[in-house]
Amino acid sequence: MVKWTDFERATIQDIFSKIDYGVIGPAALSRCLIVYPWTQRYFGGFGNLYNAAAITSNPKVAAHGKVVIAGLEKAVKNMDDIKTIYKDLSVLHSEKLQVDPDNFNLLADCLTIVVAGQMGAAFTPEVHAAFQKFLAVVVASLRKQYY
Amino acid sequence: MLSKKEKKLIKEIWERLTPVAEDIGSDALLRMFASYPGTKTYFSHLDISPGSAHLYSHGKKIVLAIAEGAKDISQLTVTLAPLQTLHAYQLRIDPTNFKLLSHCMLVTLACYLGEEFTPVAHAAIDKYLSAFAAVLSEKYR
Repeated sequence: MVKWTDFERATIQDIFSKIDYGVIGPAALSRCLIVYPWTQRYFGGFGNLYNAAAITSNPKVAAHGKVVIAGLEKAVKNMDDIKTIYKDLSVLHSEKLQVDPDNFNLLADCLTIVVAGQMGAAFTPEVHAAFQKFLAVVVASLRKQYY
Repeated sequence: MLSKKEKKLIKEIWERLTPVAEDIGSDALLRMFASYPGTKTYFSHLDISPGSAHLYSHGKKIVLAIAEGAKDISQLTVTLAPLQTLHAYQLRIDPTNFKLLSHCMLVTLACYLGEEFTPVAHAAIDKYLSAFAAVLSEKYR
């Protein structure tokens, strides 16, 4: 079981209470599709992903970004048992969506950078480390049902 | 692969960061030590506590080297030749750590540049730092 310090718990709850889900989700996903273009392979039905401008203004990307961040909220609300909460999501990504789990790290990195950009100096090295630990647990839970 | 536009963008950004090299460098290092404690093992000979003189001077060295490389990316192998030797024969830092520092450098830039750290700038700098790390480890074996 993951052990969270009081600081880590408080930090995660604090960050997710402050960010605008409607902005952060789409920003992280579009950044991922722009910075790591090979991730576009999973979004064939999304229409125009031709360049950065197209990706940023693509409504399907925006909508999906919100879906992803809503999924993260589940983990935020159940930090002590993310593995169990994410069982079905893990099966979905492995069996149905067939996403290479290495991609989870790419999206996690983009999410970190988007939140850092929002928070500026408040995203201290300690806050940053807590956030990365949280995302590492999320990613590990998503990988769990792959075989 | 870096386009002409990207090389120009990279050059401009690192030029702007040169005057604050100490702050950028030490911030990136601190983030790396906090998120990836294993990286601290390479610094047992220095004082890497927040605000320490060692941290600033070391961070400055790293950022200035990255900025120097950015002035003419096509000449990276020439510019980095002495650093290649240093890392291969003396420092022998496992190259996976270069990725960790690069990531933390990107986070530092996101905090420092805010909205200006657009996805396009992010992509360009990520590619540049990957190339930089690859050149740095060329003499390892």
